[in-house]
Amino acid sequence: MLELEFMRLALGAGAVVGVLAPAVGFFLVQRRQSLVGDGIGHVAFAGVAAGILLDVSPIVTALVAAVLGGVAIEFLRSKGGTAGDQALALVFYTGIAAGVVLISAAGALNVDLFQYLFGSILTVTRTDLVVIASLGTVGLAIVGLLYRPLAGVVVDEEGARVAGVPIGALNVTVAALAAVTVALSMRVVGILLVAALMVLPVSAAGRIAWSMRSAFLLSIAVGLVSVLTGLTVSYYADLPPGGTIVLVAAAVFGVALAAGALRRR
Amino acid sequence: MSLAIELSSVSFAYRAGHHVLEGVDLRIGEGAFVAIAGPNGGGKTTLVRIILGLERPSEGTASLYGEPAHRFSRRRTLGYLAQRSELGGDAPATVREVVSAGRLAAGGLLGPLRRRDRELVTEAIERVGLGDFADTPVQTLSGGMQQRAFIAKALAGEPSILVLDEPTTGVDAESQESLASLLARLHSELGATILYVSHEFGAVEQFVERLVLVRRTIVFDGPPQALPGVWHDPSHAHA
Repeated sequence: MLELEFMRLALGAGAVVGVLAPAVGFFLVQRRQSLVGDGIGHVAFAGVAAGILLDVSPIVTALVAAVLGGVAIEFLRSKGGTAGDQALALVFYTGIAAGVVLISAAGALNVDLFQYLFGSILTVTRTDLVVIASLGTVGLAIVGLLYRPLAGVVVDEEGARVAGVPIGALNVTVAALAAVTVALSMRVVGILLVAALMVLPVSAAGRIAWSMRSAFLLSIAVGLVSVLTGLTVSYYADLPPGGTIVLVAAAVFGVALAAGALRRR
Repeated sequence: MSLAIELSSVSFAYRAGHHVLEGVDLRIGEGAFVAIAGPNGGGKTTLVRIILGLERPSEGTASLYGEPAHRFSRRRTLGYLAQRSELGGDAPATVREVVSAGRLAAGGLLGPLRRRDRELVTEAIERVGLGDFADTPVQTLSGGMQQRAFIAKALAGEPSILVLDEPTTGVDAESQESLASLLARLHSELGATILYVSHEFGAVEQFVERLVLVRRTIVFDGPPQALPGVWHDPSHAHA
């Protein structure tokens, strides 16, 4: 398998996303905002459609749309007087509707579109890998630098706000990080499954962790193992990589659930 | 004694014409231990949010140490224990991780905690009697112990004003008593201004020097001993 360049590139891109998605998703899941990644994914779909229509790189337009969508969700939630789930629904449906209209205008309801919806990790090029690795490294560095305030806001957002911690800036940063993660993960698992990599590893880690830091590190480990195992299984069993990766992550969640239940006995 | 908190003719309405608070005057001196009580929906939480500068009054003024509360320059000296339903998220945070979050504003946001900050965290954990549980996930502790962990979090920030909103919700009677005596001890040791906000105040009645009953406006303000007998249950505050 490793003698094939497309598999080496796929494993490289997958490893970056496998680490970044749960590292960012951790702070969403712990704050009961698990579906934010999904909402941003649907806006990214509108971005892909705009890219196809305008004949610009769909990855770039998806990245721009995803960041705008992520910041919009956070703005509506915190300042717009809209409940979190309604803010999400508003962006979610607007994104998918805009995507459908734009893609129809471009006359591109075809295979090209499907690679963004369901992933196309086996077509990752060297340039793609450089972009994914560079943005992924920046994203991880920001998470590492801001781990303590982000974790503190998970513990007690209102207490931190009262003490003058810049909650708004931190929340916008998480939204922007989530958007970048979605845009980078599109090639790996596709827009429709992107949020799974941000949520399932974190949920699995939460069943067996003994502290917040251990939950964070275990989330990353589960994400990485799921992507690498899923890609390997999909190669040998001739299965679609995106779906296989997410099914592996779901299986790990099942194992962690059972292990957690056994430990509490 | 200088004033820590001052509200003058404060009114507040979430919708025009529907006042949650009306004509509230309140002065609390530095280092006081005050219980703010009243029925649910009586405006206690709104009052607290105005004191902390999270809401601005529709009419009147709210000040902390003489500065407008919403623009208070020393926010890191404010400790706040929110209602328990808003705390903790889903993370399996240990007592030490929860208390460390109390050093966010004072200890800087970036990178790991410095040694002095870590010492203050350990000190706060010891103060509330959770030294043996420092590395235990908070979710696995009893309601009373969880509240102690969050009080330690507020203490770790070295607050000059500590506000506790419904600290005894979901806590059994014995733990309520023990929480109240802990607060009394902390008050005498640290000298911070403490506001204990709750729909029930029986547990702290013997420790606070002043009780303020709120039902849209202040209906009683004085030592608990001066409270008419029928009002000792705050759900009777309308009587």
